[in-house]
Amino acid sequence: MSIVLAVVIGLVFGFALNRVGATNPNLIINMLRLRDLHLMKTILFAIGFSSLVLFLGMAVGVLDAGHLSIKASSLGVVLGGALLGIGFAIAGYCPGTGLAAGATGRRDAWWFVGGGLLGAFAFMLSYPAIKATGVLTDVLGGKSTLAQTGTEYTALVTTVPGPVVAGGLAILFMGLATILPQRLR
Amino acid sequence: MSKPISWLPGGLLLGAAFLLAVALVKPIGVSTQFVIADAMVWDLVSPDVITTDPDSKSGYASSNAYLNKSGGKYAKNAANPLNYSFVFVIAMAAGAFLSSRLGGDRPAGHEVHMPEVWQDRFGADPTKRAVASVLAGFIVLYGARLAGGCTSGHMMSGMMQTSVSGYLFALGLFATAIPLAIILYRKV
Repeated sequence: MSIVLAVVIGLVFGFALNRVGATNPNLIINMLRLRDLHLMKTILFAIGFSSLVLFLGMAVGVLDAGHLSIKASSLGVVLGGALLGIGFAIAGYCPGTGLAAGATGRRDAWWFVGGGLLGAFAFMLSYPAIKATGVLTDVLGGKSTLAQTGTEYTALVTTVPGPVVAGGLAILFMGLATILPQRLR
Repeated sequence: MSKPISWLPGGLLLGAAFLLAVALVKPIGVSTQFVIADAMVWDLVSPDVITTDPDSKSGYASSNAYLNKSGGKYAKNAANPLNYSFVFVIAMAAGAFLSSRLGGDRPAGHEVHMPEVWQDRFGADPTKRAVASVLAGFIVLYGARLAGGCTSGHMMSGMMQTSVSGYLFALGLFATAIPLAIILYRKV
């Protein structure tokens, strides 16, 4: 059953990535150059919309909060994000869109994926040394969320109900998606 | 190259994919599977990298500390390629392929070798773009593993769940990506 779901959800995700233009590095690079905010508006709206439905669904009990999976916060998250940003700007691909773009026939994406496999391997080998530096140590509560989820994860905002916090953020994201112009430069 | 669907229906479609995943199974993530693919090949070349271990939580252990962490979770997935997360990523590539053949974005002509924005700035040499792409891929996946996730897992899935780490990741990502893209692809 889980394999059937993997195939169905994977197909939907890959299809969506291609249809919104995320497999096209021109659109990624021009988003980062602030020349074409199409993908930024799309992504902001997607985050806001999915978050709103997720928290409302959990509140009324139709979505299982047990499916949530929160990643730990550490200095490594910021540093890793910053490193990823460098390659993202050069290539116009991130791990998911690189693979998806390769599948649509972009050969530079094949090279990107090859480099990615090497980079992941380099991390596997350097993991003990990285861990010893302490950058992977939890900060800000480790696996924490802003909104209460009713799970074992620590929530940073405890005075306001989870769906209100998440709903507020969701409206912020969807609002930003709406008011952002097509280009800033 | 066909035009992408506009941000509102596009955002609903992309958001629906992330919702579907968390509603039925778990949040979407991709970059871990680069590690799993590496581990599969590594274990093929030297079979002692991943071993069964009744004492570990997953039933598997590895001589590599990263594969061995969290009770050998990664070692287990690499030893069993037909697991949810790995099949998901293969299906994602298949979904993008199908979409591109059914009227979605499909590279044609020189776009197959490099995006137009690259060619305008750095010329049409495919080798130059290939070398840059390998380097970029290396940095991206090293960074993703250091961060513990990538754009899909940390940023999209993370911020959807109001995860603090998702915000930290996005902060780091755009702090380098936006200035670098502006400088790198400036008109000269």
